Amino acid sequence: MNIWPSLLIVAVTAISTLATRALPFILFGNKKRQVSEPILYLGRVLPPAVMAILVVYSLKDISFGSAASWANPIICVAVTAAVHLLRRNTLLSIGIGTVCYMVLVQGAFF
Amino acid sequence: MPARRIIKQAFLRTIPVMMGYLVLGIAFGLLLQRAGYHWLWALGISIFVFAGSMQFVLVGLLVQQEPLATVAITTLLVNSRHLFYGLSFIERFKAMGRRGRYMIFALTDETYALLCSVGEAGSQEDRDDLFFWTALLDQSYWVAGSVIGALLGSFIRFNVAGIEFAMTALFTVIVVEQWLTSNRHASAIIGLLCGISSLVLLGPQRFLLPALLVSVAILLITRGISGGRT
Repeated sequence: MNIWPSLLIVAVTAISTLATRALPFILFGNKKRQVSEPILYLGRVLPPAVMAILVVYSLKDISFGSAASWANPIICVAVTAAVHLLRRNTLLSIGIGTVCYMVLVQGAFF
Repeated sequence: MPARRIIKQAFLRTIPVMMGYLVLGIAFGLLLQRAGYHWLWALGISIFVFAGSMQFVLVGLLVQQEPLATVAITTLLVNSRHLFYGLSFIERFKAMGRRGRYMIFALTDETYALLCSVGEAGSQEDRDDLFFWTALLDQSYWVAGSVIGALLGSFIRFNVAGIEFAMTALFTVIVVEQWLTSNRHASAIIGLLCGISSLVLLGPQRFLLPALLVSVAILLITRGISGGRT
């Protein structure tokens, strides 16, 4: 762990996060300016694209060397999505998906 | 209404978020601790950043010690949805003065959802108090969860290998949820394809930023083709 570089990374994340939350108030706080159309468009379509990329990002370190190392996460993503489609309970879906993965990783397939 | 009753009302309304934030906060704390960071880091990050999905991404950015430009652009894009939460509350938060400025900082997905469900009953003052306590309680659950997780990580005896999948599961659930509530699925598919092709082409160390930027470009270009109609 590198203390100062890590502190900088955390600070940049904190400032950038605050910027996304404060920007509407800075841009549109004073007068009733119209929000420009491309921004509204990106606001609608960007979040699903970013979330899909984050699923890939969170799995980026799986290797395709052995069957188990890539089959386990794909099985568990499918299980998580299936549980969520059935019950639409966020905590339940995350819980079952994670336990499923921990069992597979620590159990017979490892 | 007396402050105690407002706080009690806010507490009852935030119980579902408390369950979620404690569990996810613990998962975040465990991950950060496993990456080699003291629990004070979990405390500081959850106080000053306070963004669920982004904090999970941040663990990865810290482990890789990514360049600051990548950190900034990734954060802006991952949190881009927050831009549109604020639009609903510009007048309200402005009228709340100093507490309104905290509200801007603390506007997470879950807090936003709770605020949207506050009706028009009661006085303006009571509703402002309810807004403020909802946001403050939500953040305190998240801070508590992440510190508990980081401390558990230092003392835990059972094998937690695989706990990192909680992050993947969280993102998967959000994708499914967005898929179900929207009738336009092109952007999720564009994101997925950009993510996978960038990972295959550039490898795990360098794929995130190009994947995000190419997605934004494709979304803007396809908007031009469809004449801005979505």
